[in-house]
Amino acid sequence: MYRILEKQVLSDVTKLMVVEAPHVARKARAGQFVIVRIDEHGERIPLTIADYDREAGTITLIFQEVGKSTKHLGTLNVGDALATLAGPLGHPTEIANYGTVVCVGGGVGIAPIFPIARSLKEAGNHVVSIIGARTRDLLFWEDRMRAVSDELIVCTDDGSYGRKALVTEPLKELLEARGKEIARVWAIGPAIMMKFVSLTTKPFGIPTIVSLNTIMIDGTGMCGGCRVLLEEGAQFVCVDGPEFDGHKVDWDNLLARLSFYRDEERLALERWEHECRLEGVLKEQEATR
Amino acid sequence: MTPLTQRERTKIPRQKMPEQDPIVRRGNFNEVALGFTEELALAEANRCLQCERPHCVEGCPVGVLIPQFIRALREGDMVGAVAAMKVKNSLPAICGRVCPQETQCESRCVLGKKGQPVAIGRLERFVGDYELARRTCPLERKPATGKKVAVVGTGPAGLTCAVDVAREGHEVVMFESLHAPGGVLIYGIPEFRLPKSVVQAEIDYAVECLGIQIHTDHVIGRTLTLNELLAEYDAVFLGTGAGLPSFMRIPGINYNGVMSANEFLTRVNLMKGYLFPEYDTPVKVGRKVAVIGAGNVAMDAARCALRLQTLQGKGGEVHIVYRRSRDEVPARAEEVHHAEEEGVIFDFLTNPVEILGDEKGNVRGMRCIRMELGEPDASGRRSPVPVPGSEFDMDVDMVIFALGTSPNPLVFVDAEGLQRTKHGTVVVKDEETGRTTMPRVWAGGDVVTGAATVVSAMGAGKRAAADINRYLAGVVVDW
Repeated sequence: MYRILEKQVLSDVTKLMVVEAPHVARKARAGQFVIVRIDEHGERIPLTIADYDREAGTITLIFQEVGKSTKHLGTLNVGDALATLAGPLGHPTEIANYGTVVCVGGGVGIAPIFPIARSLKEAGNHVVSIIGARTRDLLFWEDRMRAVSDELIVCTDDGSYGRKALVTEPLKELLEARGKEIARVWAIGPAIMMKFVSLTTKPFGIPTIVSLNTIMIDGTGMCGGCRVLLEEGAQFVCVDGPEFDGHKVDWDNLLARLSFYRDEERLALERWEHECRLEGVLKEQEATR
Repeated sequence: MTPLTQRERTKIPRQKMPEQDPIVRRGNFNEVALGFTEELALAEANRCLQCERPHCVEGCPVGVLIPQFIRALREGDMVGAVAAMKVKNSLPAICGRVCPQETQCESRCVLGKKGQPVAIGRLERFVGDYELARRTCPLERKPATGKKVAVVGTGPAGLTCAVDVAREGHEVVMFESLHAPGGVLIYGIPEFRLPKSVVQAEIDYAVECLGIQIHTDHVIGRTLTLNELLAEYDAVFLGTGAGLPSFMRIPGINYNGVMSANEFLTRVNLMKGYLFPEYDTPVKVGRKVAVIGAGNVAMDAARCALRLQTLQGKGGEVHIVYRRSRDEVPARAEEVHHAEEEGVIFDFLTNPVEILGDEKGNVRGMRCIRMELGEPDASGRRSPVPVPGSEFDMDVDMVIFALGTSPNPLVFVDAEGLQRTKHGTVVVKDEETGRTTMPRVWAGGDVVTGAATVVSAMGAGKRAAADINRYLAGVVVDW
């Protein structure tokens, strides 16, 4: 069992948890992920490692509540434990001194872009970061990102905080103004955002690395459920990635594959929310008896 | 009661194993073969002629003392039967269910020359189940030696090796990448063929008796590496299997509804997807499913698909699509028979050339070509060649590839000096020892042979364990 030592509510739907997992913390590096199961009936959920503390033997997980499993995870508290946790999985980010780099984090993608930006900064890069979310309440870690970036641009889709723009707008301006000096771009966020970041950088010919979060089961190369089509053929996100050249990804295929279990996801969520409501009603009845 | 004469013994017919009715069982995941009753087991055991030179034993990859356990069984000495079994086989309830007996022990039985061989596998299962229920003869452990052995992988090879090494008094720690031990016995072979409670009980039994530790969620190559294990342990056994699925290199393999048998079976078995939404992992099944390949894994996938169609109230069809003919089918005879009884349709001499999709990216069909058998290839089987102009479209909405698997290369990270073949399998210097090219590292099972059977993996685990024990005792230490 892997105890939850700390929990922070970053937004209504974004939670942070520090989890005791010494076997993972001792090896974890920026760009890698873990697979957790909440309980014996749980599915295997891939989550990016947002941070780690080797001495304390802990890792930090940040997740957005979108379906049954992540909503359930969000109800756990300090002192609760995760049934299983495997990792670190996937290849770490290739960190080097490239010169000037841009790190784009969208929504919950801000969490995994942070350790990458930090490592790039430590390696001597000039780090320009762009973080964005749909609205102000979904933004987090502006301070942490500022601390590891030489320049930081913050935007929201609805203009409720920072600049009113999609992350691709300031990115495009940056490329137009300083395209030649930018060596690499990293982008992590919803698949649709990574697709448009890749489309934005492609005309400029700037290598763009995306971190894919596809449907996975084992996360060790065994099932192939996570496979993504690249120009050179299918690859497995879990063992060949999770980072890929965004210019080579077949985004439409990726988006179609992400939606394959939509009906089942909806069913599981409805059933779980119904059970939660029932439990609430029962507790009320118990209290009034 | 006077003992039966040999002649009388040969007159007893081979006893049938009670089974769930095919129509009923395709609507559930309960075990198909129900096991011998005591009466049936005794009748079957009485068929054995107790040959002076028993060929059946030669056919067994782990060399089970077959005449001895059968003799004890029919004399009513169940404890003796268990003891005889456990000399060579620590997982009889598993082997009795999944071994291809018809090509191993039973193929050598003298009774098979004129009639039907003794049902050795079914008797083995009877003895194994008896022991799981009663635990009469716990595995014993010699005094602790202070030596430590790491076993990577908790499938049949690793479990067998761990048991034999631990019995010698060495401390054994097993590493499993998934959240539950058992390897292919848990994620691959379905509940209706090998109940997970049986696997768990066999593992629990061995672990409790021998003090073996199992670390789940440890992906060797990531969480720890082989070199790190060597720094902490006196010996390392690699029994990591062949977990990497293959897909055909044809257009359309990334449409929704195309998957590996590994994915489909893992969703069903390990994650209990057939109990969704009570369990969180969903598994979809098509209205018309094509399973490509005709090995045991293909049969498992096809039979799971049939059951899901029934459970999800869809009805439908499941096809096995195989490029060779019936004679070359590599699956166990019993699996093919069961699949046919349940209604799986076999399309022989047929090979997919393209998977067709709709505008949403879902599978809508599969273009195939007819094949005919040509000259024998390297494997000795006649190789299939396409019949020109024979392409046709199959109406399917799900395609499962069961084309064999290769070793997962993750485990070879940070393992310089460990030689592998061009197929990705580990080179062993001597099959009898399982020693690899890396000192203090042994390997056995599918990671060495490529995808094979449970019992051949157990045999390799057993041979490696014997050599590890010799090595740790200071015998044959030169690498």
